[in-house]
Amino acid sequence: MLLQTEPSSATIKEEKIYQEMGVKDHEYERIVELIGREPNYTEIGMFSVLWSEHCSYKHSKPLLRQFPVDGPHVLQGPGEGAGVVDIGDEQAVVFKVESHNHPSAVEPYQGAATGVGGILRDVFSMGARPIALLNSLRFGPLDTPRVRYLFEEVVAGIAGYGNCVGVPTVGGEVQFDRSYDGNPLVNAMCVGLIDHKNLQKGVAAGVGNTVMYVGASTGRDGIHGATFASEELNEESQAKRPSVQVGDPFTEKRVLEACLELVQLESLVGIQDMGAAGLTSSSAEMASKAGSGINMNLNHVPQREKNMTPYEMMLSESQERMLLVVKKGHESEIEAICEKWDLDYASIGEVTDDRNLTLYFDGEVVADVPVTALTDDAPVYEVTSTEPQSFKENQAKQWQPETITDYNETLRELLRRPTIASKEWVYDQYDHMVQTNTVVVPGSDAAVLRIRGTKKALAMTMDGNSRYIKLDPENGGKLAVAEAARNIVCSGAKPLALTDCLNYGSPEQPNIYWQMKESTKGMSEACRTLSTPVISGNVSLYNETSGEAIYPTPIIGMVGLVEDTDHITTQQAKAAGDVVYVLGEGSEHFGGSELQLMQDDDLSGIVPKIDLALEGKRQEQVLTAIQAGVVQSAHDLAEGGLAVALAEKVMGTELGLKVTLSKDVETLFSEAPSRYVFTVKATDAKQFEALIPEAVAVGTVTADQHVTIEDENGQPFVNESTEELTRIWKGAIPCLLKSKA
Amino acid sequence: MRAAVIVFPGSNCDTDMFHAVKDFTEAEVVEFVPHTANSVAAYDAIFIPGGFSYGDYLRTGAIARFAPVMKSVSEEAAKGKTIVGVCNGFQILQEAGLLPGAMKRNKDLKFICRTVDLKVENSKTRFTSSYDKGDVLRIPVAHGEGNFECDDKTYDQLQQKGQIVFTYVDDVNGSKGQIAGVQNEAGNVLGMMPHPERAMEAWLGSEDGRKLFTSVYRNWRESNVVTN
Repeated sequence: MLLQTEPSSATIKEEKIYQEMGVKDHEYERIVELIGREPNYTEIGMFSVLWSEHCSYKHSKPLLRQFPVDGPHVLQGPGEGAGVVDIGDEQAVVFKVESHNHPSAVEPYQGAATGVGGILRDVFSMGARPIALLNSLRFGPLDTPRVRYLFEEVVAGIAGYGNCVGVPTVGGEVQFDRSYDGNPLVNAMCVGLIDHKNLQKGVAAGVGNTVMYVGASTGRDGIHGATFASEELNEESQAKRPSVQVGDPFTEKRVLEACLELVQLESLVGIQDMGAAGLTSSSAEMASKAGSGINMNLNHVPQREKNMTPYEMMLSESQERMLLVVKKGHESEIEAICEKWDLDYASIGEVTDDRNLTLYFDGEVVADVPVTALTDDAPVYEVTSTEPQSFKENQAKQWQPETITDYNETLRELLRRPTIASKEWVYDQYDHMVQTNTVVVPGSDAAVLRIRGTKKALAMTMDGNSRYIKLDPENGGKLAVAEAARNIVCSGAKPLALTDCLNYGSPEQPNIYWQMKESTKGMSEACRTLSTPVISGNVSLYNETSGEAIYPTPIIGMVGLVEDTDHITTQQAKAAGDVVYVLGEGSEHFGGSELQLMQDDDLSGIVPKIDLALEGKRQEQVLTAIQAGVVQSAHDLAEGGLAVALAEKVMGTELGLKVTLSKDVETLFSEAPSRYVFTVKATDAKQFEALIPEAVAVGTVTADQHVTIEDENGQPFVNESTEELTRIWKGAIPCLLKSKA
Repeated sequence: MRAAVIVFPGSNCDTDMFHAVKDFTEAEVVEFVPHTANSVAAYDAIFIPGGFSYGDYLRTGAIARFAPVMKSVSEEAAKGKTIVGVCNGFQILQEAGLLPGAMKRNKDLKFICRTVDLKVENSKTRFTSSYDKGDVLRIPVAHGEGNFECDDKTYDQLQQKGQIVFTYVDDVNGSKGQIAGVQNEAGNVLGMMPHPERAMEAWLGSEDGRKLFTSVYRNWRESNVVTN
């Protein structure tokens, strides 16, 4: 067999071959300086992936430093596989979000599936059992066959992987907008549960200890995946399908169970997933964190293809692989567990004290570079940030909705909007019940899972609204964090912490960098005010198709603690006769609202401003009322405003609502923040009003299965059967998918 | 009663099944039994849980039926031991020839996870005697290949011999006769696609699955515990 000859160090330099790997001229020079010579092909390949945006955060590091990362309950902040928060009783919750946008754009099923696989490994490599998955998805409008294909395959890929592994997919969100036409977003989040004593870290400590490889064998799939994830999509991206990994959830399930046994061993020193940049990142990062070095003999790496080169092995992103550091002499303990689960394993190296990553192949040294050069010395760019002209224009513009004559019809139209419509078509395909802990299934503000053997439960959600951020990034960043926290509070939980997935276009564009800077500033402020530190996260940049960037889309994944399962609350109304309360007022500003998009098919104007102090105060009031047991149902107002929220309180139930509201667009359709709708038993009304004096009683839950909204004169201006509203709301997405236009 | 929950590589409802038997019956022993075990003769009731044994590769249940433990399961079935297969467990029992029919992909070719209405068609079985015939139960389904198929002759036989234990009230997945669960002719082996072990606690959605486990336990006790 003819082996492709790798270019020599000199050729790499002369012909600037490094550029094909995404390494810039000045970065190449820096590498030469750091290692004191010209890198060979394997070495430059390793630098290119670890110095990619995906692994090094070279454009986002300065922004990430703004986030509060500490808190009294935070056991592990950013930097490990996932963040960890104490929940008492020697237990902790472990969670993180990850993006798989670029792979999903070219190979949606496998791209989404392996996104789920990767985030699961990040969590169970910490020693935690994954108990839930969530996802946040963005697609173009469902009006082209390509987008419908991406949507259907992404959902099938998530389902195919998560269902097989046996971790319930309990929540998430899907939104549709033109800006994601060619660049869908697939952000997956995993939540795990751990006993403090089992907490692991990815460290390669203890000179002489053995480096072991566990899991699937290494193939040529996913080579340069991290590099691919760090560039814009274009016509040639389809040719990068081989950069997309292929998932095997059956192996993942066995790796998961094996790892949860491995973490019980005293002899396990460190463990890390071979995620983006595979063997390169896991070995270099584990050595870096321990201040050690690693020698590896690549001939010992389990391989599924013939004649693999060191370059290919080090850059492969084959899935379902873990790197372990084990106390010397105890390898057989690891081997026994791997054999039980029928997994490949091999001792491939040892920990050294020279702080170098040294690779051997066929008896020769094929790479020898300082660990810190790979992991810590990547350049950090402070990019120029320029406020786009459009920002001031929008701030100066007051967008006026068209006059609404038929409120009933407007509500029907809003419920049909894919972003608002029921996502049942999606979550019906996810096993959201396996492990039998899911108390609140998809379709409420947040999913809730009980913690077996305790009175506690965990609430979790993913949220983000990029339209607000596009128009007003700082305010939009605050809104995103606040909405996630409101969803958690509505379910009866106290927000603990968050993980974020920062999806943007190219940071090298000053206007995009400005979006990143302003929105993360807003997020940071909201995190501080609402006491929700950022414990883990992911950055996905270069989300552009042929020069068009997506809307700036930071996604918040938040977890909250329900102290007593009696506090668990859902959004649906419970019984006829209960009083309906509304908390918070509408706004005259409709910038970024669903109503604006529906009427204008474009975004403009001012986004409703959030007052974080008021937001925090209301969240406390709401949680106090829920914990006092006087709230039957709680729902936060989001896209579509109060009218949609009222319909959502009864759709899918056998109840109706009769309320009296002012007949104006601000009251009905504003998406102003810090607003809620509750139902309360009549006998609890007094106590509820004492706890939330600002809440206004607007009507009652009825048994007549109609949503009726009357004006102050008793004239109904919305009157529709619950059944009809439910039909519209649930039918919208299946209907769009069936259309052949 | 000594109960076994068989665990194949890729089983993922094993813990749920374990809790259903352990927490809601008076079984003296409930144990996980690996696919490599040579014998299940020591158990009175054998539960085969759902999941994706061997990743559903080749065909659901097609590889699991060759796992070492299945030989003993077949032997115990022939002796009249109680055997319950849920979801993938049902598929494995079909592949092993212990239950009739085969599974096609759901009619809309998508995985379905939701709580459905299930009708008890036969309450004179060791699995359903605590229910009444015609009871409608709320039980979750979670499967991609639960579209029960068999030839007309088999279907007639299933009807005549009371082997159809559960049907779906609505057409969930395209199953012939809306069949959701069947037993063998001898009445000691049950397979069902819906997950009764997920319907054990009302606050998690439904407790309608409890009586299946209590039926199994009571019938075992009545035929095995001698009271003097």
